[in-house]
Amino acid sequence: MNHAVIERSAALLLMLTLIVISIGGLVQIVPLFRIETTVERVAGVRPYSPLEQLGRNIYTREGCYTCHSQMIRPFRDEVERYGHYSIAAESMYDHPFLWGSKRTGPDLARVGGKYSNAWHAAHLDNPRNVLPSSIMPAYAFLKAKPLKADEINLHIATLSQVGVPYTAEMQASAASDIEVQASGQGDTTAFLKRYPKAKLGDFDGEPSRITEMDALIAYLQILGTLVDFADPRASASTPAK
Amino acid sequence: MSVATQSGSALATAIKSSSIPGYNETVVRNFSIAAIIWALIGFAAGVWVALLLAFPTLNFGEYLTFGRLRPVHTSGVILGFGGNVLLASSLYIVQRTCQTGLWGGRTLASFLFWGYQVLLVAAAISYPLGITQSQEYAEPEWFLDIWLTLVWVTYLVIFTGTLVKRREPHIYVANWFFLAFIVTVAVLHIVNNAAVPISWTSTKSYTAYSGVQSAMIQWWYGHNMVGFWLTAGFIGMMYYFVPKQANRPVYSYRLSIVHFWALAFLYIWAGPHHLHYTALPDWTQTLGAAFSIMLWMPSWGGMINGIMTLSGAWGQLRTDPIMRFLVVAVAFYGMSTFEGPLMALKPVNALSHYTDWTVGHVHSGALGWVALMAFGALYHMVPRLWRQPLWSTKLIEYHFWLASMGIVLYITSMWISGITQGLMWKAYDEYGFLQYSFSESVAMLYPYYVVRALGGILFLAGGVLFAVNLFQTILGSYRQNASEGALPTSLSTAAAE
Repeated sequence: MNHAVIERSAALLLMLTLIVISIGGLVQIVPLFRIETTVERVAGVRPYSPLEQLGRNIYTREGCYTCHSQMIRPFRDEVERYGHYSIAAESMYDHPFLWGSKRTGPDLARVGGKYSNAWHAAHLDNPRNVLPSSIMPAYAFLKAKPLKADEINLHIATLSQVGVPYTAEMQASAASDIEVQASGQGDTTAFLKRYPKAKLGDFDGEPSRITEMDALIAYLQILGTLVDFADPRASASTPAK
Repeated sequence: MSVATQSGSALATAIKSSSIPGYNETVVRNFSIAAIIWALIGFAAGVWVALLLAFPTLNFGEYLTFGRLRPVHTSGVILGFGGNVLLASSLYIVQRTCQTGLWGGRTLASFLFWGYQVLLVAAAISYPLGITQSQEYAEPEWFLDIWLTLVWVTYLVIFTGTLVKRREPHIYVANWFFLAFIVTVAVLHIVNNAAVPISWTSTKSYTAYSGVQSAMIQWWYGHNMVGFWLTAGFIGMMYYFVPKQANRPVYSYRLSIVHFWALAFLYIWAGPHHLHYTALPDWTQTLGAAFSIMLWMPSWGGMINGIMTLSGAWGQLRTDPIMRFLVVAVAFYGMSTFEGPLMALKPVNALSHYTDWTVGHVHSGALGWVALMAFGALYHMVPRLWRQPLWSTKLIEYHFWLASMGIVLYITSMWISGITQGLMWKAYDEYGFLQYSFSESVAMLYPYYVVRALGGILFLAGGVLFAVNLFQTILGSYRQNASEGALPTSLSTAAAE
């Protein structure tokens, strides 16, 4: 075909360009929604509790992902430093993904449970309190800011709209679940049934009120803890039906 | 039409011949001025975040932390500086190569300009306030995404409309690249930003995609913003400004056809190389790596076509500092498109990913290729748009050397710190334990982060000279016209239409 034909028609040039640039994306993206093995079926992965989700929103608001990855690669050194390599199922309810692209700070995919709440509170207050060589900004202001939770029902409803399986019960109890998790008081049994392995109680060392730091630490403490890699049922990569 | 002040000079001739009635030069001038301002904002923000990494106590308060300011830098340079230069030069070039004014008239073009500036200002304000989608290079929240869609479709319509009503039989090669850039960015932007706001009065939204799909779509977007915004669009600029400044034809017409279609087809596949060894399925990663290697060929096709256009006129590099910007830009393009496929190889990526090497690679492309090309384009356009010779050639020389030294410091410091980081993370001691703690790998970065900031300061200093030079040129044009008691010709033509 003579290229002059294309060069003489803006419409033809536009259409052909559109076709040519579409192929790669279609081939790589569409199957990820269709192939069942893309996301393994494992036990333990659940939607974030309302407090954890609000903490996650603080993580994104502050741009933590610009310096911290949440994706452990299957290398000996990474597995020894951070824990079991990350699997797709662990971020299946993450809107958006926070795998990151840079480790100015360490990977956080399995930071949950590695440090105490008090350590996190001191570290966020000023990272150089606990790590003199840290170059992370201080986030002391998080402890001074009460958590804005009045729109939690909108958050949970929107997340279920985009595919996170929050049940009707989870949606109805969203507001009270924040109170229960951040205080450790109330119907904790029912709460833990909805959100197994969630950490309860005061997080930032300031039990009198629920702050943004409470939410952020609640989120950090759950990261990477949901899948039990010692349980063979959990690591079996049978496709979801 | 007698505006040329230095009759006889080559520039004056070029200036005269470029002022064709019916062209919308006002919008091109506005985009050029905006580009200069955003260059300063974007570079300054870059220097500041570089300093934050070296001196963390400079993170003041809630709104000015690294995490919130980093997108001010990235959006400032990519969307602000790069975007305004792309809009200025594409609208400048499409009118000249089609021998016709912009389709849609002055009102639509003004909407394009002001609509785009509103987006940029709103985005730059929203990040420090913590309003972000937290997806790299797609940080603006849902309401700004809808606004940008509107602005971008306007751009596509104006550009395509102008191609349709051209008075030349062929569409010039620069316009193929601009068209590919505009239409691909539209597709990327709309697909990647699919999100549901929590309410119509809230700034917060949740993306439609999760986990592995969210990652793949984001890096399909992210890599092709590099591929089409920072590459195809800037190659369009290369195909006009290099031959024009050298006063020679493009080296090979056939090569331009082959590398255009190859680039458009292959680039889209390369995104997964940002996700090597992650939970993305292996088949996708392998496709991403394979196409990244193949991409080397069309990339160098473009580089060869640009550089060889100078064949027989190499002497211009000594005498013409604007030519030097353009050609060194193309050389950097060749270098970073060689480094890119290398880093997309899985074994190399195992070391380079998550480290400063990636940051250095991005900046060899962004400072070396994109910014130098943009400087060259504006140095070429501004005297022609304002019918006024450049204020100072000497300053262009100084700018060139400041920018070059800045780039060298930036890239070399990031190579060293990145490779050192990667090696330290993987180092084992004689007993088989990890040799370094993570914080040891942070502590060693300090000197390199200082050198990087210094490189940025040099580059910013060059940017200041660039801005002074161009603003003096522009002011000179108005002063002169004021003393002659007349409007600039272009304005009077505009008023006459």
